[in-house]
Amino acid sequence: MAALTPISRKPMSLVLPTVAAAGGLLGLFVGTANGSGLMGVVVGACLVVALAMIFISVLKNEGLAKWISIAVMAVLGFIFGGTPGVILGAIFGWLFHWFIYWLYEGRYRARLLPYLTPRQVLWHYTFRVICGSIFVFLITPILVVMPLSFNAQDFFTFTPEMLRLDPEGYSLKHYRDFFTNNEWQRSFKNSLIIAPIATVISVSLGTLAAIGLSQNHVPFKRAIMAILISPMIVPLIISATGMFFFYSQIGNWMEGTLGLNKTFVGYVKVVLAHAVLGIPFVIITVTATLVGFDNSLTRAAANMGANPVTTFFKVQMPLILPGVISGGLFAFITSFDEVVVVLFVGSASQKTLPWQMFTGLREQISPTILAVATILVVISIALLTTVEMLRRRSERLRGMSPS
Amino acid sequence: MKLTKIFMASTALAFAAGAVAAEEMTIVSWGGAYSKSQMKAYHEPYSAKTGVNIINDDSSAEAVSKLRAMNEAGNVTWDVVDVVASDAIRLCDEGLAEEIDFNTQLAPAPDGTSAEDDFGALLVSDCFIPQIVYSTTFGYRTDLVGDTPPTEICDVFDLEAYPGKRSLEKRPIGNMEWALLCDGVAKDEIYEVLETSEGQDRALAKLDTIKDSVIWWSAGADTPQLLADGEVIMGSTFNGRLFSVIEEQNQPVAMLWDAQMFDLDGWIIPAGLSEERKARALDYIYFATDTQRLADQAKFISYGPARASSAPLVSTHAELGIEMAPHMPTDPANAQNTFLYNYEFWADYRDDIDAKFQAWLAK
Repeated sequence: MAALTPISRKPMSLVLPTVAAAGGLLGLFVGTANGSGLMGVVVGACLVVALAMIFISVLKNEGLAKWISIAVMAVLGFIFGGTPGVILGAIFGWLFHWFIYWLYEGRYRARLLPYLTPRQVLWHYTFRVICGSIFVFLITPILVVMPLSFNAQDFFTFTPEMLRLDPEGYSLKHYRDFFTNNEWQRSFKNSLIIAPIATVISVSLGTLAAIGLSQNHVPFKRAIMAILISPMIVPLIISATGMFFFYSQIGNWMEGTLGLNKTFVGYVKVVLAHAVLGIPFVIITVTATLVGFDNSLTRAAANMGANPVTTFFKVQMPLILPGVISGGLFAFITSFDEVVVVLFVGSASQKTLPWQMFTGLREQISPTILAVATILVVISIALLTTVEMLRRRSERLRGMSPS
Repeated sequence: MKLTKIFMASTALAFAAGAVAAEEMTIVSWGGAYSKSQMKAYHEPYSAKTGVNIINDDSSAEAVSKLRAMNEAGNVTWDVVDVVASDAIRLCDEGLAEEIDFNTQLAPAPDGTSAEDDFGALLVSDCFIPQIVYSTTFGYRTDLVGDTPPTEICDVFDLEAYPGKRSLEKRPIGNMEWALLCDGVAKDEIYEVLETSEGQDRALAKLDTIKDSVIWWSAGADTPQLLADGEVIMGSTFNGRLFSVIEEQNQPVAMLWDAQMFDLDGWIIPAGLSEERKARALDYIYFATDTQRLADQAKFISYGPARASSAPLVSTHAELGIEMAPHMPTDPANAQNTFLYNYEFWADYRDDIDAKFQAWLAK
């Protein structure tokens, strides 16, 4: 196929306007950051066009052109932005060189089907640019807090020292604050106590409900389902207000009549409230896996003398486990991220991590929040990676190829 | 089976956590540097002395509404609450705070002066135990205001001399008074003018002249962050926050001591506590509001102690070692042109003016 793809040099009339547009776009960002977007567009476009002209008509040597481009841009970067400017400039230089030759030599056609019209080729790349932009749009807000969490100052600000890549501008003090500050440690511990217990309760109840609702003889299935998943649909603030009064009564009863410890009752209240929020996720995911479940398997197990409990744990559970686990993950995250309900139902001894982050943001804009956010992002990535690796491993063990 | 084990373990953990924290009390405050100063000056010595475990809840901003809801649900989880004087007056009127007998339930001064005389005119409500005096004032970026830094409050309204954004609190209190003051109303007539509908319109008209250059803040941390970012050239906030920005964070910021709003902050004990919890809360209050403790707090934050007998004991900052007295709102050099904030006026007119102000904001 590759041999059939027509790769040929493109005329300057195509190359120059396109590289000018690309240079202008990058120039727009740089220019806006430095005060004048329009200047940036003009300068960026001119710069790239000049580079393209020189490379194509004068140099004719791609390896040399690459280093010249990187060097020129790095020097320009140094003049405008100091040390970090060099790195940014070098990256831009490499990018310009690559883009110019990619267009000029017609390399962009190399991996495409030979019969595509120019319009289809254009769409092919436009589509990828759009997808890339969406990724940037989704990820940048998460990435931008990471360097800020190493800020040596107590503000959400990129200081001049940080921008100069001066070691003075960076520090681990916000991480130290997280690991030594009592408030943060207690709230972290509370989150680690509340979320797993709430998850276990929602998974148990949600799985049972889903299995029950998948039976044919259950009346009013749709109505029951709608009620069970309503905590997901009702606005959280409304659930939270209702829960506050409901659990206050239950808490008073537990403390007064049963004589339980006040702190323990507080935990029970928050755990139950979070379990309620997690149940709909478990029901939905488990119901979805049960659609593909063959009921003749349970009948076969019964035929061979297994009681319903054994059948559930030995036959049904292993088959619906992926649904149960992903429902459990959702329930865990719901509880771990939840701030509204815990603010209403919990008291200060049940302060969870999101609560502490919420008040920290409102009362004291401290980068410790960013340090915590960074730690949580790293933990989430590690968790997801582990789950994915375990999944692939079990697929390998079962002789399937990973998909 | 594994699942069961995890479940058992986590339940045991929860029980253990419940068993350890037997003797504890929840103290509600404002968070940030202010809570930290209370922790160092009051909570830590009190815990060391009595063994009571103190839990912080940074919920003072919504203290009134939360206390109402807790009272309605019969489930008051707070033991001692730090509120501003005007909130304390409201809570006391609604019966949500305990009345205090100042002379028997608070410590006398070291020289034997009764607590009532020691606090003096700062006792504005029967439920309210004053703790600090603070001011709402303006900070400005020294590098963004040109060669002649602002010296008086009306510079905030002067867009020609000081172009750029300024941050103001998103409520009428303070802003209305400053607007009238800079519109030519004499200081002692401001509340008379503000009583009338025309006076309120006049204040809003003055605020209108800078509305396009204002960023409105609602949390105490906003203005320090905006100043540090250089997003505003000046902004109002509490003087302790500005002290922290200037002295502890070394930002290029300076403070404007002119017509600053003088206000009080202190403790209340919520109504409806069990006898045991109430006794502990009172014991804490007796300890935390004595002469030495109030002076100790000033080592950590630049708010003035509410007792007259504490003022001579104010010394240097605990970490920076600088003299704290010149940073206090009570210092003579800073208090030359203090604006006395009128609680009674705002208790009577707050709802009306609030509605008008919010409508004006939305325009």
